[in-house]
Amino acid sequence: MTSVSVRDLSLNFGAVTVLDRLNLDINHGEFLVLLGSSGCGKSTLLNCIAGLLDVSEGQIFIKDRNVTWEEPKDRGIGMVFQSYALYPQMSVEKNLSFGLQVARVPQAEIDKRVARASEILQIQPLLKRKPAELSGGQRQRVAIGRALVRDVDVFLFDEPLSNLDAKLRSELRVEIKRLHQSLKNTMIYVTHDQIEALTLADRIAVMKGGVIQQLADPMTIYNAPENLFVAGFIGSPSMNFFRGEVAAKDGRSFVQVDGVAFDVSAYPARAGLQPGQKVVLGLRPEHVKIDEAAAGDAAHQAVVDIEEPMGADNLLWLTLAGQSMSVRIAGQRRYKPGTNVRLSFDMGVASIFDAASENRL
Amino acid sequence: MLKLVANNTIVSEYEAVPGRVTSGPHGPKPRRILSRRNIVVYGTLIVVALYYLLPLYVMIMTSLKGMPEIRIGNIFAPPVEITFEPWIKAWAQACTGLNCDGLSRGFWNSVRITVPSVIISIAVASVNGYALANWRFKGADLFFAILIIGAFIPYQVMIYPIVIVLREMGIYGTLTGLIMVHTIFGMPILTLLFRNYFAGLPEELFKAARVDGAGFWTIYFKIMLPMSLPIFVVAMILQVTGIWNDFLFGVVFTRPEYYPMTVQLNNIVNSVQGVKEYNVNMAATLLTGLVPLTIYFISGRLFVRGIAAGAVKG
Repeated sequence: MTSVSVRDLSLNFGAVTVLDRLNLDINHGEFLVLLGSSGCGKSTLLNCIAGLLDVSEGQIFIKDRNVTWEEPKDRGIGMVFQSYALYPQMSVEKNLSFGLQVARVPQAEIDKRVARASEILQIQPLLKRKPAELSGGQRQRVAIGRALVRDVDVFLFDEPLSNLDAKLRSELRVEIKRLHQSLKNTMIYVTHDQIEALTLADRIAVMKGGVIQQLADPMTIYNAPENLFVAGFIGSPSMNFFRGEVAAKDGRSFVQVDGVAFDVSAYPARAGLQPGQKVVLGLRPEHVKIDEAAAGDAAHQAVVDIEEPMGADNLLWLTLAGQSMSVRIAGQRRYKPGTNVRLSFDMGVASIFDAASENRL
Repeated sequence: MLKLVANNTIVSEYEAVPGRVTSGPHGPKPRRILSRRNIVVYGTLIVVALYYLLPLYVMIMTSLKGMPEIRIGNIFAPPVEITFEPWIKAWAQACTGLNCDGLSRGFWNSVRITVPSVIISIAVASVNGYALANWRFKGADLFFAILIIGAFIPYQVMIYPIVIVLREMGIYGTLTGLIMVHTIFGMPILTLLFRNYFAGLPEELFKAARVDGAGFWTIYFKIMLPMSLPIFVVAMILQVTGIWNDFLFGVVFTRPEYYPMTVQLNNIVNSVQGVKEYNVNMAATLLTGLVPLTIYFISGRLFVRGIAAGAVKG
């Protein structure tokens, strides 16, 4: 059973197409993250699902009910905003109960729900305070509480952690995940932060230009990106890209890049790689190994330009085939700039894209 | 200069405490009060302020003199014998036409015109501005453009058509008619004012309220109004002073018994019969100007408080 279902959804502002015939099915209890850079339409999509924007075409179903033209309050959703959007003149308690009072829920029931939400979020001591007297993390907790008291099936989060500092962000991230595990609601979460996406999501929808580029679980998105955009967008530092040409020799296939040949025989290509085909070879920094012994291909020699120790990891920037690439190795392995190293590649987890269509091969 | 000396004492006191680290200068940066810049800036300000206050001074002095003293002709001299007779006469006895009950009649007329006009125009304009800012309906931009153009058309062009409209409605010459005219003419600028203010409030608050199930009026009264005290004070200042000081509409759209204070003041000051009672005229003018002045003083403070309350981010 799907919880939220978006059918052929389009949204135009005049001549500008923000969402383009978008389809999306979200399962009951699923945590779906809409990921993309600003202006990709992810927040717009969320606002359409919430009913805060009128769609140009298409339909939206929540719990198999067509809600395309229903008011936000009738859709069974709760929403958390980036700026918290707490009513400044009301106390925390009033903020939580406002929606219920508007809906004329009996006072006893309101008290019960407010008590439950404030217990879950541990904001009981703050109930009498005004939003101005709260810290950013506390405000966002109250904002989540406001969605919680509505007792709804679908939670919508619009970049809820973007206004918080790094430490609070990771704390609240864990808290949101815990909340999802205990409530088992459907959650749709908009963010531009790939760490949030990868850590929280059951599935991630990577968006660009009003179109979903790939919809899959975080590991698939990370390891088998569907196109060049997704591959470049996910991962930090970014995937290393080598533009080259497919060549075949002795029954093995290679990608020739600026005089350097990468043996890609181990690559699980969907269709055979055609010799002469222009491709982009993508290698994540952690899929490159530095061989102490001379086991690596002699041709894959590189000089360490810069070393970036990050504690657990050590990031090396080196030059191969005339371009800069990054390699992630264990933190205790140190290389001084200028060191000559030999590289080997784990082609089983590499990605190869067609240079023209930019799609995965 | 006094402050400088005080600072020096403090420093020496620090040094008097044994073991205290007192190397280097202490306290706020000393500033010379009589610097060249200060002399120029404050000198200019004082001169200009005095220049603008001079007429007020003359008016107050004249209004406190008796006629014999005024005839001496020295308008700057303070009164030898202070009398409040002119003020009483201006308020209660001065004659305009057949009535000899002073400005008090005009004052109450003005109150009866200003209070409803201000309340109705602000109430309607704030809802207009809220709808235009948050509930974007089809043609909202066109509607807004038309409204704004209304602000640029000179009043005088519309006087005759309005007279006809009021006559056809049967309210020409009544207070109701004048109140309606004031309400309508306040609409463009007030709507613009409110629209811009509401558009400046965080949009997500409005969205959150909609998700919470609040409708048009609930959001207006429960969410927007409590956050909008400053702009209501601004609108009130604009409208009270504007309507109180209005002369043209008052004289055109009402009958003599409903003349507002400004029109009556004009009739007192410009009466051609008998002796020109300068002291009474001055007192009458000051009385008329007192209301906007009071509004500025009272609401100025309210205004600052409103801004301070609104400045706390939610």
